[in-house]
Amino acid sequence: MAGKLKLEIVTPDRMLLSEEVEYVGAPGIEGEFGVLPNHIPFLSALGIGSLYYKQNNKTYYVFVAGGFVEVSKDKVSVLAEIAERAEEIDLERAKQAMERAKRRLQEQADKEAYARAKASLAKAMHRMRCKTAAQLR
Amino acid sequence: MGESLRDIQRKIQAVKKTKQITKAMNMVASAKLRNAQLRIERFRPYADKYFEVISDLAGRVDASSYPLLEKREEIKTVGIVLITSDKGLCGAFNANLCTAALKLAQSKQSEGKEVKFICIGKRARDFFRKTEFEILEEKIEVLNHFDFQLANEVGETVIDKFLARHVDEVYVVFGKFVTIIKQEPTIAKVLPVESGAKSGDSSSEYVFEPSVEGLLTELLPRYVKVQIYRALLDTSASEHAARMTAMDNATKNCNELVNSLTLVYNKARQASITAELMDIVGGAEALKNA
Repeated sequence: MAGKLKLEIVTPDRMLLSEEVEYVGAPGIEGEFGVLPNHIPFLSALGIGSLYYKQNNKTYYVFVAGGFVEVSKDKVSVLAEIAERAEEIDLERAKQAMERAKRRLQEQADKEAYARAKASLAKAMHRMRCKTAAQLR
Repeated sequence: MGESLRDIQRKIQAVKKTKQITKAMNMVASAKLRNAQLRIERFRPYADKYFEVISDLAGRVDASSYPLLEKREEIKTVGIVLITSDKGLCGAFNANLCTAALKLAQSKQSEGKEVKFICIGKRARDFFRKTEFEILEEKIEVLNHFDFQLANEVGETVIDKFLARHVDEVYVVFGKFVTIIKQEPTIAKVLPVESGAKSGDSSSEYVFEPSVEGLLTELLPRYVKVQIYRALLDTSASEHAARMTAMDNATKNCNELVNSLTLVYNKARQASITAELMDIVGGAEALKNA
């Protein structure tokens, strides 16, 4: 069945993307899930990771973190706190952020700072992974 | 006349300079307003969607099992988050906001509740520092450049205080952006979350992952932050709009002042020419008679 899905990615600051796609794979909080047209209505919290979608036999990657995904019949709305296309990711910056986060993790700060450092480490690593995945295509 | 010609001219120059400044400020404010308006427009669909989903989810569960949804029976302390601008020169905008907050605080106080403030923006802080209300936290000089991170921080603070039972209710007082010429001080309750949910109304059959409960725990704090972000965006747009109008008025007043001063100047100049002529004529007459 060659139906189409409408994919919308929105962040607080912009509408990142609104396109007709064939398939969406997204990092749910409990693992990745895939959406094809005519999916049942579905709502999931979003984890940190790479969202990807297929359009005309090409795969595109978007880094997302936080928020949720709503799937209704032929529409996928992603409301993410952060969303960046793979092309927009600055690999160098992500690397630096990763180093910084690693250093901070070693400093054995209080619980809160530790959690924050861990979150930024995860974000940096997933950004890099997203970028590399897109480059391998 | 009292004033010499030179004095009047100096005054005219001064007013003209003021006019240049107010005009520049007007233009800066209008440019910033355009940006702020764009941001609101972009954020609106996001906020609306959040509201929709939260209402839907909250309708499916028992509110009392979620600390952020639960209405406390006894409300001892009320928290008010007041958002104003850092800078003045925007008419009665900040004053209106502060009065609205003060009124709210006083009415809560007369009900026997304690009121505590979280002030965002210098004007809010300066105003409430002079009152007897306690300021829990203040953030100043943040509104010039802010993103969702600020809403995150404020939201985090508010939620912490709420969960630790330092406050039992939280309101946000902000300048709602209605139109360019109209901004309204608005009071919105953010905690406990009012979802507007009609329980039992689950028309759409969703599959949830994780469970409805898990989603709510994840999304409720975010929703609070979304509301705060919206208030921040609105206030910032309102501030620029208010400044634009205020500066427009100031520029108009400057024009009027320049006109009336020019009139005075011309009169004085004519008077002095006449006086001089009289002197010369008088002198010539005196010579002829001699």
